[in-house]
Amino acid sequence: MIEMQDVWKTYPNGSTALQGVSVKIDKGEFVYVVGPSGAGKSTFIKLMYREEKPTKGKIFLNGFSVEKMKEKQIPRLRRSIGVVFQDFKLLPRLTVYENVAFAMEVIETPKRNIKPRVMEVLELVKLKHKVRSFPDQLSGGEQQRVALARALVNNPSIVIADEPTGNLDPDTSWEIMDIFEQINTRGTTVVMATHNREIVDTMRKRVIAIENGRIARDQERGEYGYED
Amino acid sequence: MKIRTVGRHIRQGFLNLSRNGWMTFASVSAVSITLLILGVFLLLALNVNHLADVVENQVEIRAFLDLTADSEDIENVEKELEQILGVESYTFVSKDEGLSEFREGFPEQDQDLLEGLEEENPLPDSFVIKAVDPQKTGEVAEKVLKLPHVYDVTYGKETVEKLFKVTNTIRNFGLVFIIGLTFTALFLISNTIRLTIMARGKEIEIMKLVGATRGFIRGPFFVEGLLMGLIGSIIPIILLLVGYYFLFSYVTSEFLILNVMLPLYPLALQIAGILLGIGAFIGIWGSMMSVRKFLKI
Ligand SMILES: Nc1ncnc2c1ncn2[C@@H]1O[C@H](COP(=O)(O)OP(=O)(O)O)[C@@H](O)[C@H]1O
Ligand SMILES: [Mg+2]
Repeated sequence: MIEMQDVWKTYPNGSTALQGVSVKIDKGEFVYVVGPSGAGKSTFIKLMYREEKPTKGKIFLNGFSVEKMKEKQIPRLRRSIGVVFQDFKLLPRLTVYENVAFAMEVIETPKRNIKPRVMEVLELVKLKHKVRSFPDQLSGGEQQRVALARALVNNPSIVIADEPTGNLDPDTSWEIMDIFEQINTRGTTVVMATHNREIVDTMRKRVIAIENGRIARDQERGEYGYED
Repeated sequence: MKIRTVGRHIRQGFLNLSRNGWMTFASVSAVSITLLILGVFLLLALNVNHLADVVENQVEIRAFLDLTADSEDIENVEKELEQILGVESYTFVSKDEGLSEFREGFPEQDQDLLEGLEEENPLPDSFVIKAVDPQKTGEVAEKVLKLPHVYDVTYGKETVEKLFKVTNTIRNFGLVFIIGLTFTALFLISNTIRLTIMARGKEIEIMKLVGATRGFIRGPFFVEGLLMGLIGSIIPIILLLVGYYFLFSYVTSEFLILNVMLPLYPLALQIAGILLGIGAFIGIWGSMMSVRKFLKI
């Protein structure tokens, strides 16, 4: 469960990204966050995993009071969610296998449990044959599948993604979306900021539109609603 | 932190070293070159200090006894010397031995000038005394002078004081020089290591996003820094000791003087210990300082 209560965010340079956002996302939901660029989508996402702190307002996520957390507790918050980025953010010097295993090593999982689980998620994202490759030896779509595997490996109840298909061609984007759909069917909450009209209009889900730092529309099975 | 995580950090530290290829090479080379220079001067300073010791140890006190002193008196002086703190050793030189020493100081053709001295030996019995700490020779000499039947002591006061001034200056200069060089080495090496880790700021950011704690991120960097420092010090240690061994053999065989240079043992262990210690310390320190920078953000 994710909840924001009257959240405001002004960056130190004075630009205001969010102005009084209140929203509630229940367990198991699939939510698209849409809106023109510069509207505040990324900021909205970043507040959830405490990459940014709100200037005002409250944020609850999986029982954490996110805005109140101390620096030291942040790793615990981040381990309870899976995050996927537009630029993948893989560790360049680690192999596919090691990148995924990293998320499990961080929570001190016994080694014997790591291997089967890593292979299981790599199977899910169809990358079992590339375990020994390094990120720079993979295509964009493959890198994003590794990132997705890493986000999923600890069975998080929430997966957050900021334009996960932003750098991918349409076919690859659909492969990625299929995986999101699959994990959502198994009960994982998905929050995804996206610019992809085709996906939003085809795979109908709840749509939250942010414009100028405010929620302009919040609609079940909504449409993308913008001209590109 | 669990044991398996420590194991993971060690494995990852080794892995990072090999995967960072030329970055590792650059850091290790920097450590090696700086420690090599430091090592050369360290050996030099230790040997100069040793030479100063050797020279200082030549200093001895000559205590002359009353001409009337009989064998019982001599025994008493001996007992007293035993009691004086700071006396390392003493040897009795009888008036006859004194005379032959005196004789040896004259060339062959002048020996006849000394004839007749045997019958009427004017020299007193004496003791040759060494102080435990040569720098305290003066103090010891004063104590010896106070003993009964000792009428005079000599130890070349002025020469000895000048000598100690010189040796002390050399020692102090060497110490300051070594300390300065050590700090320069610390600075140079930690700077190189910092550069290699700077390039990895982005990685550290990613680790944080995946939920790694500071300690977890630091772990492999700690191992990496330690390894770079150790590997970087092994090369200069080998070069220095091999070089020193050959120089030592050359000097001792060529000049036939045994104690101008410090022997390889235990010097080798000391040098290896010091360089390994410094290498490990700066390796760890350099990498921890650089990681800290990124963990703050
Ligand atoms: N780190 C930052 N520092 C200053 N301003 C920022 C920062 N990140 C975003 N902004 C500003 O906040 C507003 C919202 O940005 P963002 O959340 O990235 O929007 P979106 O993801 O919808 O394009 C923009 O005006 C942007 O310039
Ligand atoms: Mg954005």
